[in-house]
Amino acid sequence: MALDELKIGGMGASRRRVEDNRFIRGKGKYVDDVVLPAMLHMEILRSPVAHARIKSIDTSAAWEVPGVRLVLTGETMAARNLAWMPTLSYDTQAVIATDKVRFQGQEVAAVVADDPYIAKDACSKIVVEYEQLPAIVNPDQAKDSSAPLIRDDKVNQDSNKIFDWEIGDKEATEKAFADADVVSSLELHYPRSHPSPLEPCGSIADFDRATGKLTVYMTTQAPHIIRAAVAMVAELPEHQIRIISPDLGGGFGNKVPVYPGYVISILASILTERPVKWIEDKSGNLISTGFGRDVYLKGEMALRKDGKILGMRMHTTSDHGAFFADAQPTKFKIGLMHSTFACYDVPAAYLTSDGYYTNKAPGGVAYRCSFRVTEAMFFQERMIHAAANDLGMDQAEFRRVNLVKDDMFPYRTAFGFLTDSGQYAKCLDLGLEAIGYSSFKAEQEEARKRGKLLGIGISTMTEPLGAGNSREYDIIGIKMFDSAELRVHMTGKAILRTGAKTQGQGHETTWAQIVAHELGIPADDIVVEEGDTDTAPFGMGTYASRSTPVAGAAVAMVARKIRAKARKIAAHLLEVSEEDIEWELGRFYVRGNEERGVTIQDCALAAYSNVPDGMEPGLENNAYYDPPNLTWPFAAYICKVEVDPETGVWDVLKFVAVDDCGVRINPMVVEGQIMGGLTEAYAMANMQYITFDEEGNCIGANYIDYLLPTAWETPGFELHEVVTPCPHHPIGAKGIGECATVGGPAAFVNAVMSAIEHTGVRNVDMPLMPNRVYDAVRNGQDVSGMPPVRVD
Amino acid sequence: MYPNRFDYESPTTVEEAIAILDRSGGEAKVLSGGQSLIPMLKLRFAAPATIVDINNIPGLDYHHVDDEGNLHIGALCRHVDLEESTTLADTHPTLAAAAELVADPIVRTRGTFVGSVCHADPQGDWAATMLAQGGYVVAQGPNGRRRIDMGDFVLGPFVTALAYNEMAVEAVIPGASGTPRGSYLKLERRVGDFATASVAVSLDMDGDVIRKAGCALAGVGGRTIDANDAISCLVGKTLTEDSIDQASDAVAAVAEPRTDHRGSDAYKRHIVQTFVKRILTNLARTEQKAA
Repeated sequence: MALDELKIGGMGASRRRVEDNRFIRGKGKYVDDVVLPAMLHMEILRSPVAHARIKSIDTSAAWEVPGVRLVLTGETMAARNLAWMPTLSYDTQAVIATDKVRFQGQEVAAVVADDPYIAKDACSKIVVEYEQLPAIVNPDQAKDSSAPLIRDDKVNQDSNKIFDWEIGDKEATEKAFADADVVSSLELHYPRSHPSPLEPCGSIADFDRATGKLTVYMTTQAPHIIRAAVAMVAELPEHQIRIISPDLGGGFGNKVPVYPGYVISILASILTERPVKWIEDKSGNLISTGFGRDVYLKGEMALRKDGKILGMRMHTTSDHGAFFADAQPTKFKIGLMHSTFACYDVPAAYLTSDGYYTNKAPGGVAYRCSFRVTEAMFFQERMIHAAANDLGMDQAEFRRVNLVKDDMFPYRTAFGFLTDSGQYAKCLDLGLEAIGYSSFKAEQEEARKRGKLLGIGISTMTEPLGAGNSREYDIIGIKMFDSAELRVHMTGKAILRTGAKTQGQGHETTWAQIVAHELGIPADDIVVEEGDTDTAPFGMGTYASRSTPVAGAAVAMVARKIRAKARKIAAHLLEVSEEDIEWELGRFYVRGNEERGVTIQDCALAAYSNVPDGMEPGLENNAYYDPPNLTWPFAAYICKVEVDPETGVWDVLKFVAVDDCGVRINPMVVEGQIMGGLTEAYAMANMQYITFDEEGNCIGANYIDYLLPTAWETPGFELHEVVTPCPHHPIGAKGIGECATVGGPAAFVNAVMSAIEHTGVRNVDMPLMPNRVYDAVRNGQDVSGMPPVRVD
Repeated sequence: MYPNRFDYESPTTVEEAIAILDRSGGEAKVLSGGQSLIPMLKLRFAAPATIVDINNIPGLDYHHVDDEGNLHIGALCRHVDLEESTTLADTHPTLAAAAELVADPIVRTRGTFVGSVCHADPQGDWAATMLAQGGYVVAQGPNGRRRIDMGDFVLGPFVTALAYNEMAVEAVIPGASGTPRGSYLKLERRVGDFATASVAVSLDMDGDVIRKAGCALAGVGGRTIDANDAISCLVGKTLTEDSIDQASDAVAAVAEPRTDHRGSDAYKRHIVQTFVKRILTNLARTEQKAA
């Protein structure tokens, strides 16, 4: 009698994504598709230099261009106390430069005009006189005592250092090293990259003087945080601010921070009393918005001869650009870097970190990783690879010895995280079997006879996804819980709203599946809406793979509240006491008399037409969910490559991914996430990086220099699954959105290293471009740091 | 991405196009496939007063081989037309090998061979194949047509010998006097990336003896590198390990690579040498199989 869950699009159904209907027809509605009456257009003038004092700005010629309505400079902003704004890491950031420019691409002025062509033309008429200062482009330069002070705007800031931070047990770690038979060490750089969503950032600010209401259409992954930030920065009453995040063309963390362009467009609308649209171009997005990585990592591992890890110490030095604007939980300065080695039984660990200002774009964001976890796991798996080699142990065997065993959960890591579930060895073994690990050595021998170098690389990791519990996780003081609101209509159809914000993850599809699972309402009967702060319940938004762990849990919880009320209605309709009611998917029935029952739709109708005495009519509710812990998915990624030693070109022969993200709501959507994440991992390993020349010019502000892989070169991926339900999540799900980006890069790099390390090479820093691999093989030497830029 | 203001003209005959160019006094730019010009307009690197869109001129989208074996490519022949040709590999194997390596599939659908040659990017693929095979451009101006050899056509990066009132109407690549053999190899970091290094080799064979040899390089200098003299050491010889080594060393020696983010000068020179060797070794294998 119960419904077939797969048929109604419930849990486990690979239901087609409902949002794709409009996306593939070109009917998505992005910020740039929104056209308001009498709307003006804004263009930003960006600094051509990285570090310079602004001697003068002459905007008179720009004002004279016909169609120009407003020209804004730092002075305009300063007059309204808006020249600077707070960042998400308790620093300040210039909205429009007043004193100095501190990175190439920084906002120097803005023009508002009747159309974007006029605005762009007028920008070119603004004359700025710069007095150039030496540019600082890496932490080594920033540390130098003779380095110019980048943040001379800050009181009490007498160096370019932002923070020192430490975590772990220093003494216990020192003892572990004293007891070690072998100490292995590694030093590497995770290059700066950029999330580069297809849609750049933009906003349309619409201030209505008559009502006092400010409506802003904005490319944001976290509309409610933005509303709070706007209320604080612009000193507007929060109830008069409405942030609408319509369809987003990708985010990947890039659309979490508050950007100057948003703030400038808001002021421009207040001043002109007309809607003002600002749409960043691609170069503007790449040169000025939130980047990922740019961390130097080094560490040592204390090892016993039999392969047991005794301890680990590590230091990170991070480059944050001109303003410390990282989007991350307040409590941690370098994100969740200390989640490193969480899947291994490491008795003692100690991590120190320092961070620096440089003349580069600010706003370190979690580029498809949960707050610096990508760097943490990359270092972990490169270190594990190096340590196994130093011990002369097989890569898989070394991992097997040290991975946390199934019976050790809940397991407290040396840095204090509590991992709660997993079948690590099973995932690893499944991956090894799929890639044909046992026959690899013979294959490698055979290939060498053909002049080709084969390599195999493993990356195993668990990562903390789903920030987070409110004891530990907040952003600018706002706790990281999330919410859902469900209204079931009279005919049993429903609308669900959450505080998350889909940007390609498929919430419109998968949230409905959770409701279908809990209530038996077919997923097709449920519409999902997100992104409008006037209608959606409060939430922290979508990033850090937190939607399913937090908002998804809230969806299940609100559906259960609805079911509880429906049960009372069912008892009323069936004229029995509530205790005699049983539930099966989509239907209540009388215990012992299965034929006598009512459907959830019957209960919905009764909620509006026939409620028992004393019951409030209607069938709607909301739920706020504060997770007890993070979720801990596990992944084993194994890659086999062939390196051409004459050119350094490497090809992926096979890539196997085994992911355990707990219960899968929609397997197809999960697989899509993994495929996309592995593509980005391949990009990191191979080609995708941003660098700067010594003058601070950004090399990577266009798609000629900043390479995104296409379908043409991206290898195929073979996916496998293991399911260990999350013990605390209402439907047993764990985060998955970022696992592959986080764990993937080390699999590629370890594979290439495995192919070439017989020449004496220990490390080639990403990107593993052919020339770097060739140089390493030819010279038998490591290749470190960033590729050079043209000097002539 | 908003370009500067420009006038748009859409002539329907070559004569009309030339008249517009003539009137513009050097401020006009011809639009064919637009795969380089449009991005440059959007980035405001190029700001012509007038765009002369030749896409509505009928009869320019041809490519055919004449009775003497010369390949004629019209100004509106798209890269994909050459890529999909079933006969090009027999008559002009170097071009056929390059056809599938030009940019990416999207660009190849729209971009044109002649437009690419006129763009005169030192990293352009077609310019290298033209130079290796003694190709020339047919330019038409108010006073008629003239022939400009590929070696004389490019004056510098993005600068050609075309007068402001001339339009390149056709590219011609001579046929082989013997059996045509050749190939094109390119190292790029990603499809559509500019070449780290690329090598075009074209041979005319008489049996297993090389009658004529041509070679040109892209990506390894401030211009397309003419390596025809360097590879001429093969003329009169057969493809042996020794002759191949000699030729690949000679060609690598004339490359003018610079160190940049795509690799060191030494690396790029090494790639040139490796690619020449690979092309010739493969051709030698093909010859052996044929024999």
